[in-house]
Amino acid sequence: MNRTAKRTALISVLLVALMAGSVLSLRKVEAERGHEATLEEVLYLPSGKMLKRLSLGYSSLLADMYWTRAVQYFGSRHIEKATHYELLYPLLDITTDLDPHIIVVYEYGSVFLSQAPPNGAGQPDRAAALVEKGIRENPEYWRLYFTLGFIHYMDRKDYKAAQQAFEKGSEVPGALPWMKVMAARMAERGRDVNTAIALWTALRDTTHDKDIKQNAIGHLDSIRADLDIMELDRRVNMYHDRTGTYPAKWEDLIRAGLLQGIPTDPHGEPYKLLLNGVVNVENSKQFPYLNEWRYQ
Amino acid sequence: MTSRLSAITLNTFREAVRDRVLYNLVVFVLLLVASAPLFGEISIGMERLIVVNVGLTAISIFGVIISIFIGIGLVSKEIEKRTLYTILARPVRRWEFIAGKYFGLMLTLVVNTALMTLGLFIALFMFAREQSGSNSGLLVAIYFTVLELAMVTAITLLFSSFSTPIFSAIFTFALFVIGTFAADLRNFAALAHGAAKWLVTGVAYLVPNFAALNVIGQVAHDQHIAGRLILFNTFYAVTYACATTLAAILIFERRNLK
Amino acid sequence: MNAIEIKELTKSYPVGFWKKQLRVALKPFNLTVATGETFGFLGPNGAGKTTTLKLLMGIVFPTSGSATILGKHFHDPDIKKRIGFLPEQPYFYDYLSAPELLDYYARLSGMAAADRKARIPQLLERVGLGDVGNKQLRKFSKGMLQRVGIAQAIVHDPEILFLDEPMSGLDPLGRHEVREPIQNLKDAGKTIFFSTHILSDAEALCDRVGVIHKGELRGVGTVNDLRSVGGGKTEVIWEGADALPYVTAHLMESHVTGDLVRATLTSETLDAVLEKLRQQRARLVSVTPLHGTLEEYFLSKTTEPEVAKL
Repeated sequence: MNRTAKRTALISVLLVALMAGSVLSLRKVEAERGHEATLEEVLYLPSGKMLKRLSLGYSSLLADMYWTRAVQYFGSRHIEKATHYELLYPLLDITTDLDPHIIVVYEYGSVFLSQAPPNGAGQPDRAAALVEKGIRENPEYWRLYFTLGFIHYMDRKDYKAAQQAFEKGSEVPGALPWMKVMAARMAERGRDVNTAIALWTALRDTTHDKDIKQNAIGHLDSIRADLDIMELDRRVNMYHDRTGTYPAKWEDLIRAGLLQGIPTDPHGEPYKLLLNGVVNVENSKQFPYLNEWRYQ
Repeated sequence: MTSRLSAITLNTFREAVRDRVLYNLVVFVLLLVASAPLFGEISIGMERLIVVNVGLTAISIFGVIISIFIGIGLVSKEIEKRTLYTILARPVRRWEFIAGKYFGLMLTLVVNTALMTLGLFIALFMFAREQSGSNSGLLVAIYFTVLELAMVTAITLLFSSFSTPIFSAIFTFALFVIGTFAADLRNFAALAHGAAKWLVTGVAYLVPNFAALNVIGQVAHDQHIAGRLILFNTFYAVTYACATTLAAILIFERRNLK
Repeated sequence: MNAIEIKELTKSYPVGFWKKQLRVALKPFNLTVATGETFGFLGPNGAGKTTTLKLLMGIVFPTSGSATILGKHFHDPDIKKRIGFLPEQPYFYDYLSAPELLDYYARLSGMAAADRKARIPQLLERVGLGDVGNKQLRKFSKGMLQRVGIAQAIVHDPEILFLDEPMSGLDPLGRHEVREPIQNLKDAGKTIFFSTHILSDAEALCDRVGVIHKGELRGVGTVNDLRSVGGGKTEVIWEGADALPYVTAHLMESHVTGDLVRATLTSETLDAVLEKLRQQRARLVSVTPLHGTLEEYFLSKTTEPEVAKL
């Protein structure tokens, strides 16, 4: 190899080594800062409004970025089974300040900001404030009233406020008559599992966001399981009343005429019958929202 | 070699100064002074926060702008004006030329930054004397800005070694913007699959990551900056700048000049 | 040891949209220049003169072939301490003053501080720029810039000088201001290699010249040799225009002014023509043998049809 070619090869090797070094150093830097360091700046930003002014007209691009950050933030924390999600509200708040017309953000907040940890940030009041902002900015969008009512009903358990939200929503031109029906039910019954089922079903069927849809399905499955278990408990107790003992397996109940077949949960697994007639699901990990509607 | 290197470095510095680049300091001072009325809008006790935020951000942005404006012409201007011919006819190695230009521009930027730092401390003394805060934190933030400038200068020089000023400016500016959002690029990489994922991750590491060097928010709130962070960031910026400059040298050494 | 030795040096550029075709800027050529010689590289614009100089200076890289300067490979950086270069229509850092520029260049050429301090003021005097003081180069006239150019080429006292069209674009005074230092350097024993398309300069200054046309070296030789190539002609002037038709066939060219005819003819036909004129009772005014000019040689080499491509 002649002299120049040797030199070029040497410099190229050095170049690659240096780039590798830079990648390693960068990873160390990020480990040191914590991978949410860039996100933490949201805590220091004066306000989303100020950011909007600074963004020189590119606010909707910036909104998309913050929205992506919010989803990443929640997603990665959720996998780690975190119990705090302090940055979720600021991220969603800034996103909606930058672009108040991204409806899915309000929907997202109503589910993941509102629900109790570890499945959400457990901040239903803030979630409600967020959606109220959305309603102010998008008054023609009646579904946001649904979103607001959802928060009040599910997590704030303020059935009056929920009913009012559904009432107002039903008055918006183009709203589905179903909104009025829900309002009436809430006025009538307050906390009611069928209303909950209706709300989750509506959310599952109307959302385009796959995380929200998954969440709704999860809730519906858990509610179904709770209802099933309550019914199975009832029949186990009937057996106990008749025979004085608890059934050891489902066949006992079938022979007693209290059951048609082996009961299976919404995931297709048979329910478990434990000592003293306690009924449970086979795999509780598949039902993260179990017990919300049991005997309450 | 050192004599030639230092000659080119100092001449590059001299050129920048005589091009009146240091006048930007006047604008900087005006900006700091103009930020004072903002105090009225925000509650009392925030003067220091405002001055620090405005000052540090301006130091960074001004530095990047100067680096790009001067950097794009560093090599291409000499080729176009043909001043390079009489240089290359001398015992100057091509790599010495590139390195000398780099150090010359860095010297200009360091001097400029030092003067702005002085201005910042004066402004702090005038407007926010009662509020205490970490001055060492400020110096760390400014040091990180210098590291950032070391990377931007290397990038501008790389483009200048083979491209026209307009394209150098566009590419460097584009890289600067991408680099500021490099963390988001990694978010996108996390969402991607397969080949696209590796590609985007690769790009995310290849572009300069300026967010890693930005501690303005923390410093403004007087948070402590770990020594390890300073160390790793130094390694990062130095290795990145060296690699980029080596690439510039490789390209320039091969170039048939017009 | 020869000052400059060029061996099969050639340069082609890829052209066309896909950069597939090659345009040959310089066909392979060989040339030597002896130490102390002043060599003129002649050719019309675009012939390849500047390309040759750029190749020697390392500004562009050859497609193949190489050269040595003072016995060392032409890319050897240390050899550059002993050569000086003045490019065509040079431009210098306009924010510097003349002394600053020379000091910078001298430093790059490896001169020690003390030497620079001593030499630069003298040098500026010598090229007639003694009174420019600290004026920035942006304020210099073209002729002044050219003189700065010469100064920077010789500040480090090189043994060989490469000059690209040193006198182009200058008025007669400017040309004189440039020619004089070149003559002085020649007298001091420096080797000078310069390119030009002004033949009178070449004739006046050069020991040897080479003619280049369309990238090809067409001929090399001493000025005298090349002049005599076009020689063997005679100029005859006579009174008696009516005799012209009788001799026109033998003449290369003729001009008639009134009754006076001035004609050029080859030496071989001289006797025949003179006899004819005598028969026609023309009155001879003068018979003068002509030497060839460099211009004739140059034209003959630059207007030849190109060798047909195979």
